[in-house]
Amino acid sequence: MQKKLELEQKTIDLARDTAGKIADQLHSWISDYTTSTIERASARLLGIDGVDDAGVPLANIMVEKLQEAGLLGHGLVPWLASAIIARNESPQEIAEALKEDKLKVTDIPEAPEEKMQEVADKLALEAAAEIRATRGKREQMMQEAARPNKPLLYVIVATGSVYEDAIQAKAAALQGADIVAVIRHTGQSLLDYVPYGPTTEGFGGTYATQENFRIVREALDEAGEKTGRYIQLVNYASGLCMPEISVMGAVERLDMMLNDALYGILFRDINMKRTFIDQHFSRMINAYAGIVINTGEDNYLTTTDAYEKGHTVIASQFINEQLGLRSGLTEEQIALGHAFEINPDMEDGLLMEIAQAQLCRELFPSAPLKYMPPTKHVTGDIFRTYLVNGMFNFVSVLTGQEIQLLGMPTEAIHTPYISDRYLSIANGQYIFNNARHLGDEIMIKQDGRIQARAAHLLGEACEMLQEIERIGLESAIEQGFFADIKRTAEGGKGKDGVAGKEENYYNPFFELFLNGSIPTEGRLS
Amino acid sequence: MEVNLSKVKAYGDTLNDGAVQVSFSLPVPAGDEAKEAARQLALKMGLETPTVTEMADLKAGFSFFVVYGHLSHSVDYSAIKIPKREQKSMSFEEVNELIKEKLGRKVVVVAACTGSDAHTVGIDAIVNMKGFAGEYGLEKYPEIEAYNLGSQVPNADLLAKAVELKADAVLVSQVVTQKNIHLENLTELVELAEAEGLRDKVLLICGGPRITHELAMELGYDAGFGPGTMPNHVASYVAAELVRRGSAGKK
Repeated sequence: MQKKLELEQKTIDLARDTAGKIADQLHSWISDYTTSTIERASARLLGIDGVDDAGVPLANIMVEKLQEAGLLGHGLVPWLASAIIARNESPQEIAEALKEDKLKVTDIPEAPEEKMQEVADKLALEAAAEIRATRGKREQMMQEAARPNKPLLYVIVATGSVYEDAIQAKAAALQGADIVAVIRHTGQSLLDYVPYGPTTEGFGGTYATQENFRIVREALDEAGEKTGRYIQLVNYASGLCMPEISVMGAVERLDMMLNDALYGILFRDINMKRTFIDQHFSRMINAYAGIVINTGEDNYLTTTDAYEKGHTVIASQFINEQLGLRSGLTEEQIALGHAFEINPDMEDGLLMEIAQAQLCRELFPSAPLKYMPPTKHVTGDIFRTYLVNGMFNFVSVLTGQEIQLLGMPTEAIHTPYISDRYLSIANGQYIFNNARHLGDEIMIKQDGRIQARAAHLLGEACEMLQEIERIGLESAIEQGFFADIKRTAEGGKGKDGVAGKEENYYNPFFELFLNGSIPTEGRLS
Repeated sequence: MEVNLSKVKAYGDTLNDGAVQVSFSLPVPAGDEAKEAARQLALKMGLETPTVTEMADLKAGFSFFVVYGHLSHSVDYSAIKIPKREQKSMSFEEVNELIKEKLGRKVVVVAACTGSDAHTVGIDAIVNMKGFAGEYGLEKYPEIEAYNLGSQVPNADLLAKAVELKADAVLVSQVVTQKNIHLENLTELVELAEAEGLRDKVLLICGGPRITHELAMELGYDAGFGPGTMPNHVASYVAAELVRRGSAGKK
């Protein structure tokens, strides 16, 4: 990547260093807590699957019963391992027994610590080995597939029915899409459980369920095989079940997850503490599974003015990066988000978009940046939107963005039709191919409008980060620093699911995932 | 050029040529048969001499078409009657002055995106302080107390809040829709309001990209606001309607 903006290195270093301190402040307390969904994710990792007659996942039933017995703070693992020892049954059999009320939480005597950990570690290593094997399979398939050009073409399907999604996803892949995201049913982020099985009714999207992941994965693998490419599948590890959805994705070979540290707080009014704790474990799973996370800074620009608040995106990217690194993700796994949302009526708006996009590129050289399309200022005039999307694609190829969420001509009208997606792919393919190496040929004028804008954004972002460090990220969110949305530390949904870890809390996955340890056969036996 | 208003047709470059373009996909693979199917469909739409100018292969058994043709139908423009909000839009200052003078108390407005809709772009533009395109939102109006409840608010919660705050008007935004879920949501709110005996006590107003005043009236709302609505349009309507209904001493 050629540097073109002549940014002040000391400002960049100060911004990154400050974001690191902000992340450290959070990490000074995050690991003192667990949440219901972290424990449910652990249950899933240990092989607990299925739902009761009312559709309640067995992982929820077990965690709720532990919570009622006041044991959440000890973690699910010690109890489950003790139950395995006492009953000589599998985790699933124990979960079934709990469901059928044949077993009570209090029936299980606490096993000796050493024995308990031995049983738990063995199961955890098996789970980790499965995730590693899935990761290995992805890496092998990618190796064998044709190397895609960048920016990668990312499209969305959102029919509500997984079977229709599979058809549309496959068609998009055959048309040239590199990445397909299945949008979730609009209310799913607020469900404190993960629905089960294949689903055919959703609004604005399709429920994220493990079976739905599998069905679309299969369809994309078929399309990939047909074209000699590897098609990446995306879903949303966000909302009240971040870690559980990461587990499902790790098992079903999803390649990317929307997995922002702040999104749930700001845009879904989920409790702050809950989100910070959940995002850490969720990202650890993604890190271990080799999944690329996408952050959601683009959303800030839909509730605020993209020109005035461009620096908030940069500041948040630094924070997301630092938090991500602390959860074991590599820079290459953190697809920081931003967006092309400046009002198209603004004079020189395109120059300002170039400044922001090039700035992201230079600040985060290893991140597979995710660039989001215009949504706020597009209208029902599909012809104008198609042109604005063309400008967006142009800026992307010019500034070396890597993941291009293609704008749809009907963005302001409905969830995409099959032809909308086709036209968007054609738009991206034309511009990316036609201007492939333009960025290599063009320099940015010294002290011109673009350099000045980039320097201004960086300066403001750095100041904002320093202010956040001074007052703490929680207070900054309370004061509406991001997206002009204010959330209180104690407010929001899902607070009930937070529990302080007791002294004897045990969960082998934290160490396993964070250290990226690769289980060997010797250790498994 | 003499346009016959009782028989208005689409216009390309010659009066009454009926020129239109349509595009659509078919669930059949691209090919000569698909192209003919597209042409026949265009004929059935009432397009004379349709030309399929583009056929694209969407893969996986789908094809896409751009078709031009000459529409045989016409409409009687002179017979069209569209119900309109009669209220002329006032400025920020005029609205505040009207409320102060004629109502003599603050107007309470409660707003939300209801049901599964998480898209607050519209309601934020109308209600939040900052407003939209230089026009302040309702929160900024000194004579209006505006409450933006945000997204995914159940209809029942919205009404409960309206009762609690003794709202004069309830604003509902519906942006994202699929299979017409927004209509179900909007209808449910009216039904709930009626069931709870609130219907006559508040102005029910809906807005969104697919809302028109006419649709809103059909659904049982007092007014509807579509694309291009500015905060002062909504404020003008609310203030003037309350004055018209003589709601001054209501509270």
